Amino acid sequence: MDGEELTEQETALYDRQIRVWGADAQRRLSKSHILVCGLKGTVAEFCKNIVLAGVGSVTLVDDRVVTDESLPANFLILPHENHYNGKTLAEVCCDSLKEFNPMVDVAVETGDISTFGVEFFEKFDAVIISCCSLGKKKLINQKCRKLSKRVAFYTVECRGSCGEMFVDLQDYKYSKKKLEETIECQIEYPSFEEAISVPWRALPRRVSKLYFAMRVIEQFEDVEGRNPGETSIADRLGVLKLRKELCETNSLDESQIPDALLERLLTDTREFPPVCAIIGGILGQEVIKAISGKGDPLKNFFFFDAMDGKGLIEDISGPSTRS
Amino acid sequence: MAAQEQLSAIKRAKVLMVGAGGIGCELLKTLALSGFQDIHIIDMDTIEVSNLNRQFLFRQSHVGQSKAKVARDAVLRFRPNISITPYHANVKESRFNVDFFKEFDVVLNGLDNLDARRHVNRLCLAADIPLVESGTTGFLGQVTVHLKGKTECYECQPKPAPKTYPVCTITSTPSKFVHCIVWAKDLLFAKLFGDKNQENDLNVRSSDTANSSEHSEDVFECRKDEDIERYGRRIYDHVFGHNIEVALSNEETWKNRNKPRPIYSKDVLPEKQTKENGNKEKGCAADDVSAMVSLSLKNPQDIWSLVENSRVFLEALRLFFLKREKDIGNLTFDKDDQLAVEFVTAAANIRASSFGIPLHSLFEAKGIAGNIVHAVATTNAIIAGLIVIEAIKVLQKDNNNYRMTYCLEHPSRKLLLMPVEPYEPNRSCYVCSETPVSLEVNTQRSKLRDFVEKIIKAKLGMNFPLIMQGASILYEVGEDLEEDMVAIYAANLEKALSELPSPVTSGSVLTVEDLQQEFSCSINIKHREEFDEEKEPDGMLLSGWVEAPVDKDNNKPIGNDESTSNALPSGETLEGEKDDEIQETSEVVEAFTGKKRKLSEVSEVTAPDPSGPSSINQNKPKKLDIDDEADELIISDDWESLTKKKKL
Repeated sequence: MDGEELTEQETALYDRQIRVWGADAQRRLSKSHILVCGLKGTVAEFCKNIVLAGVGSVTLVDDRVVTDESLPANFLILPHENHYNGKTLAEVCCDSLKEFNPMVDVAVETGDISTFGVEFFEKFDAVIISCCSLGKKKLINQKCRKLSKRVAFYTVECRGSCGEMFVDLQDYKYSKKKLEETIECQIEYPSFEEAISVPWRALPRRVSKLYFAMRVIEQFEDVEGRNPGETSIADRLGVLKLRKELCETNSLDESQIPDALLERLLTDTREFPPVCAIIGGILGQEVIKAISGKGDPLKNFFFFDAMDGKGLIEDISGPSTRS
Repeated sequence: MAAQEQLSAIKRAKVLMVGAGGIGCELLKTLALSGFQDIHIIDMDTIEVSNLNRQFLFRQSHVGQSKAKVARDAVLRFRPNISITPYHANVKESRFNVDFFKEFDVVLNGLDNLDARRHVNRLCLAADIPLVESGTTGFLGQVTVHLKGKTECYECQPKPAPKTYPVCTITSTPSKFVHCIVWAKDLLFAKLFGDKNQENDLNVRSSDTANSSEHSEDVFECRKDEDIERYGRRIYDHVFGHNIEVALSNEETWKNRNKPRPIYSKDVLPEKQTKENGNKEKGCAADDVSAMVSLSLKNPQDIWSLVENSRVFLEALRLFFLKREKDIGNLTFDKDDQLAVEFVTAAANIRASSFGIPLHSLFEAKGIAGNIVHAVATTNAIIAGLIVIEAIKVLQKDNNNYRMTYCLEHPSRKLLLMPVEPYEPNRSCYVCSETPVSLEVNTQRSKLRDFVEKIIKAKLGMNFPLIMQGASILYEVGEDLEEDMVAIYAANLEKALSELPSPVTSGSVLTVEDLQQEFSCSINIKHREEFDEEKEPDGMLLSGWVEAPVDKDNNKPIGNDESTSNALPSGETLEGEKDDEIQETSEVVEAFTGKKRKLSEVSEVTAPDPSGPSSINQNKPKKLDIDDEADELIISDDWESLTKKKKL
């Protein structure tokens, strides 16, 4: 894109969404660079959304080779056309995503991003990671925070009929119009590590049970050295034991993390496409908001459970960052 | 939801999707990924460039092709072994009858107009097939589930009708920009470029007795040897100058209103436009002709000055006559016709200037004139996910867990996705509960034709009606009617109700049926002498038919007035025309006005539902305890207004 104005092509293509968020926001989107790591179904949905939205570039990281396992919830993988033959997930998704919007640069980066230096992350405006260990999440989050430039950080995980999304916009300032006036807003976000370190008993009373359940499984994988998403119903007893320990440490009643919920999460480990669409959609909206600077971003966790149908926001932050 | 059971139910299911657009693309993809193997999809549209920002199954190279077919091909690429049957057709066609619908386990709507939704609703009721409805506008969306006898049908709750404006507001006393757009589009543009035989209110009430109707006709016709430039200025002066002066001469009108000022071209553009601009058009195909290009006005988001608007007006008019002569006389406004949009924008702005109404950019004007719905991919994706979740419950007959889900832009009590239990059917719904409606009409003046067009088709949504009084058939439509019957019905249309072979008078009860929708309705007739020309322009008043109040509050921000499908109640029906998707918005807005719907407190500490074991709620009014924030849903093409808090 040359110059400051949107091109005629952009105006025609983006007409309907410019009517939602305005031409300025569209311009900002077109200059943004997004890093995405971990290409399962939900992230595939997210990538589709932001490519359609017209971001400047999307960089994909996922060196896992495509197998039949990866097919189910990921519509970017085309079984037929020799689409995958020893290709990585990133490569296959890249080809498909390019088709959705030729104006967006879609590229692949290989390697383990936790080994990349801080300067690598400086190129991006937003980093989204999925299917990675607790350690890696914390590490990448920290790298984003070390930069003088604000790099938005997001994680998503979907298990069966449930999904979780986390947002860290660090120190986020934006303006919005309220009754003819422009008001300045500021929100402070905790890092992922800070958020999950908030003692459970310090959290508001009706925090989503899903938050705790996800933390238990996350801890289990961390302690047992499992690959993310590999914990299954076979680990039931181990997980319940860990729950007991964590609840004791945190003075939380075990009933706050019901058996039934944990069992659901352990049984349906694969992604459920409708939930991928929902979480991928919410994530898309959030990233668009953060980049365009328009709209109230959510802080800082979003949960969806197809069982009760609620999509809710939880503010998990310590006293200093509580809004 | 035992996994194996669920999977088998999904695999066996035969699903009908109606609509392959914004929601449709996302829905088809998610259904395919979720394991559905037999999907049928109906859509009458072809692909346009403006679809591509969200209808991701389509590419630039597909523009002009059938949405249903291209969507199918695209999904088969990643799910080659499933069956998707596309129909490039209008769902109202007679082949999509009750027997057709009965073949399916569930129907999923991804439509953009009220008419089609009502039609599908009736067919699903007649076939007794569950229907999952949905709609999105910008960041808002909703999914609702409808099961005959168990929940409300789609028409149990009032759906707002397209906004219309009183004739005189458009012709004489506009106060908002949208009034100017309607004037420019439905009056001036239609008069100059549309069907000459159509009735047109352009000079209504603005001509004095000295002007005979023939004289008015002359004004708009281009004279034989008239220079196009002169013609343009003559039209300009007539509508923006002369007509305003005539209107001003009626003192009454302006007692409590700001007077408009007449505008003449010589004052705004003193020198004649030079022929220089002609050079820019060389090599332009007729379709690409544009006044903006010709005048070097680059940015559709700029608000032009009166001078610039006047230039665009004259230049657009000139280009129509020079480059698109063959179109003149058959044009209807099309939002994708650049020159038409330019002309309407300019004309509306000049009129607005005259009346002291703020001017708007082409981009904004186009949105208003074209009833453009703002749309993004993410909301459609979310809604599609929610639809599939409900569809799976329907297949498993999971009766206690159906939900209506609302996708909000701003959280209400932490919720961005708000599930609500469905309501029981409305006992007074004339569609699913077969409650009679009442019509007040002057039976001696109103003709059967008016009754059929304005009430039966427009308000009651029947396409192929059969009208009876007792055993007498007054009117019907059909393919295999005898010639003499057709003649009788045609004659009946022109008769006043009380003059019909079986006279319709006060106390008459008419039965109206639509055989295709398998829907029947009783209408109680009541004679009334007088009707208010302004408020009841049709001369008929239907009650018992629940219509949501159309907002007449003049204080609302512009965003809420943009649904101008058929602004003048001239009896034209909206069939085949995409009407206001803003309606879905209104439905979502409806949900939070606190007047019509109930939101259950969905948290764990809800008191036990007094209605007993069934989870379907009674229609008892309950105090709503939702945040004020939830009332904030203002739908607007303008981002800023989206964040405005306003009580509805």
